[in-house]
Amino acid sequence: MTEHIDSIRTYTVVLLALLVLTAVTTLVAFVDLGAYSVVVALAIAVCKMLLVALFFMHVRHSTKLTKLVVVGGLLWLLILLMLTLSDFTTRGWLGVPGR
Amino acid sequence: MASEAETPALQVQFDTEAQQKDASTLGMWIFLITEVMFFGGMFTAYTVYRRAYSDAFAVASASLNVTIGAINTAVLLVSSFTMVMAVRAAQLGQRRMIVLFLVLTLIFGGIFLGVKAYEWNEKFEQHHVPGPSFHLDGVPQQGHAQLFFSLYFAMTGLHAAHMVIGVGLISWLIWLARKGTFTAEYNTPVDMVGLYWHFVDIIWIFLFPLLYLIDRHLPK
Repeated sequence: MTEHIDSIRTYTVVLLALLVLTAVTTLVAFVDLGAYSVVVALAIAVCKMLLVALFFMHVRHSTKLTKLVVVGGLLWLLILLMLTLSDFTTRGWLGVPGR
Repeated sequence: MASEAETPALQVQFDTEAQQKDASTLGMWIFLITEVMFFGGMFTAYTVYRRAYSDAFAVASASLNVTIGAINTAVLLVSSFTMVMAVRAAQLGQRRMIVLFLVLTLIFGGIFLGVKAYEWNEKFEQHHVPGPSFHLDGVPQQGHAQLFFSLYFAMTGLHAAHMVIGVGLISWLIWLARKGTFTAEYNTPVDMVGLYWHFVDIIWIFLFPLLYLIDRHLPK
């Protein structure tokens, strides 16, 4: 069994990065970025998710099959979000009477 | 290979311990993906209604206490760190360290839930709980603001329910670790509960900006 054991240093650095990103996302929320405030907030959240998944959840050292399942799962989440939003964002476009 | 076959923890259907561990990890991830889809439905509902009623959602979101939210996020991230340190201790077969880090994780998880309970209580006192007595200042459409708080309670409530289950699982691990169940060769339960705990952390990583932070910059 080739189990990879990360160093305490690695985990500490990841924790510090997560805490810094939390501070950044909180502070940047008070800056007026217009429509981009959502984009920035979600981009930082995705970075934090990747740090937790890759390092704390050991996806980095996982088998190819596990990696495939993780990516596949996120793909299904995207399908859920995108198909639903493609409905709700386009409902007003055709000007159907009664809407 | 003979030494591996003699390990009592190896079940008959597996050839090696590595194969057994990989199967457990894969199974846990498939469970977590179903959880992602479970929470995903709520995130989708949130996105749709935030688009539809963005003004009311902005005011309602701004009424949440961002300082408490940020501190609680940090507490949860630290609990993830102590959890991963418990997993590391298990991989190295350090029994005392497993128990120490699991207890620390339990404490930080408990602090998070305590702060959450304080926040919820505050909502009840301020009449920010959806229902007949609901009132939020500065919103013409009270129904739209109620929708935000309905989603707030559903999402943070479901998240907290997962935390409570996690606290139960960690307590169980502490009991097993004290008995000496976990060794450098067999520590799968610690690893799997670790995956669960980190997953719950990731859900909060998205809940915090979406509920507390978005539209903060708008003038009140």
